[in-house]
Amino acid sequence: MKYHEQDAPRAGLVNPPLRRPSNPLAVAASFIDNTLVIAELEIRKLRHDPTELITRAVQPMLWLLVFGQVFTRTRAIPTGNLPYLDFMAPGILAQSVLFIAIFYGIAIIWERDLGILHKFLVSPAPRTALVLGKALSAGVRGLTQAVIIYLLAVILGVKIDWNPLSLLSVLLVVLLSASLFSTFSLVIACLVKTRERFMGIGQLLTMPLFFASNAIYPISMMPSWLQVISRVNPLTYEVDALRTLMLAGGTSTYGVGVDLIVLLIVTAAMVILGAFLYPKVVI
Amino acid sequence: MPILETKSLTRSFGDLTAVDHLSLTVDAGATFGLLGPNGAGKTTVLKMLTTLLPPTQGTASIAGFDILKQSADVRSSIGYVPQLISADPMLTGYENLLIFAKLYNLPHEDREQRIRTALEFMGLDEAADKLVKKYSGGMIRRLEIAQSILHRPKVLFLDEPTVGLDPVARKTVWDHIDQLRTDFGTTIFLTTHFMEEADVLCERVAIMNLGKVVALGSPQELKDSVGGEDVTLDDVFVHYTGNTLDTGGGFREVSRTRRTARRLG
Repeated sequence: MKYHEQDAPRAGLVNPPLRRPSNPLAVAASFIDNTLVIAELEIRKLRHDPTELITRAVQPMLWLLVFGQVFTRTRAIPTGNLPYLDFMAPGILAQSVLFIAIFYGIAIIWERDLGILHKFLVSPAPRTALVLGKALSAGVRGLTQAVIIYLLAVILGVKIDWNPLSLLSVLLVVLLSASLFSTFSLVIACLVKTRERFMGIGQLLTMPLFFASNAIYPISMMPSWLQVISRVNPLTYEVDALRTLMLAGGTSTYGVGVDLIVLLIVTAAMVILGAFLYPKVVI
Repeated sequence: MPILETKSLTRSFGDLTAVDHLSLTVDAGATFGLLGPNGAGKTTVLKMLTTLLPPTQGTASIAGFDILKQSADVRSSIGYVPQLISADPMLTGYENLLIFAKLYNLPHEDREQRIRTALEFMGLDEAADKLVKKYSGGMIRRLEIAQSILHRPKVLFLDEPTVGLDPVARKTVWDHIDQLRTDFGTTIFLTTHFMEEADVLCERVAIMNLGKVVALGSPQELKDSVGGEDVTLDDVFVHYTGNTLDTGGGFREVSRTRRTARRLG
């Protein structure tokens, strides 16, 4: 039994098939479009169910309220001319962006298990655009954290630099750092391929990344071997940039320019590596 | 002229040859079924043809493009509905389509029109703004087919399109697949292990076993080749694949199929 064997094609349904863009400008435009679509997907999902954003805000809140308040009293950590809470606030922003981004790979594995990823990879969208789109999605989540931490910081009396250019630069640093660590996470997910193994490695990475950095104490306090590790840790450069840009009277150790260049280079390397590994996750 | 042609397509995983020098052709506008027991290599063939998995040896061409050398052109010419549930449960049906319309760079001016047509075509216009996690199994499958035809692919690949569906939902999906071919002239390449599905939908079927094609022809030809009264495609299947108890997929494949079935059920 066959259906509609004799039906003629319905008028208006047979359109010419898709053409791929050929001139460089159109290629670039479609690359950007494809990248933005992946981020749009994330925003739409968050709009349907924003609970995760709220639960995610609890941890940085505890760090600032509990850890921050206690350590402000000890005065054991040399923070230059900054009160400890001010010194720590950009570090906690960096931390919460890191925690969101570093477990991003779990979403990749989830999408692989569902079959969503297969369909993305069968589309003509360039792999690099897909990976960059994912990075941007993590950036969007990172920005929501930034809003919450700014709010908290204001309530706790941290002296914020309200210069619009500084705010914009903080936005950029958060986006860039979330991209960096989420793509790092994607690379790991593509290598380990299962949720269980990924969770183990994710846990293993967050602590050293956070504590071997200048997030909650200056590097000068560390033993020299740890100082070396901190200096190759991208989180250190993120914190340095945030501390300079977020606080009124914040000073940079490495220079914001250096910080940005380090973050950009590592992100670019991760995206290239990610684009190479991404298709392998479905094999 | 065939729209799809495989030339000695081979894929090994370590010692196991999942697909062994597969050579077949599919004519434009036809519905072609790849049958076989679990673990016969059907999904591996599909993954190679959809450019998800590089072959170890051999190649294939789709709509005149080589899957290895022109994979981006191949991807623009095909649609793919994986066996796994690939619609995003956290988005609405409409949003699922919108994302793919954008991902395929559909021209802005007729994007809405195409999405509406696809929803209507698959009988989903009323559920368009509901979250997909509230959809029934049959609706999810139809949405996925809608997603895969937005860009008017020349060849549509369906991997076990009705696994896990109840008989009514299965029948509806069959109707839509068949109508797709008559209305759009889409060539359809599907894998299945439901013999009835092949009998209803396919003009030509290939039966695969252990990575090789063991029988090829129209359902009627295959039935004739086995001989005897009242032969069904089931009999043909058993005849050509032999003792299917010995083959059969392994843990990963079975668990994948069950996961799909559970989510659709």
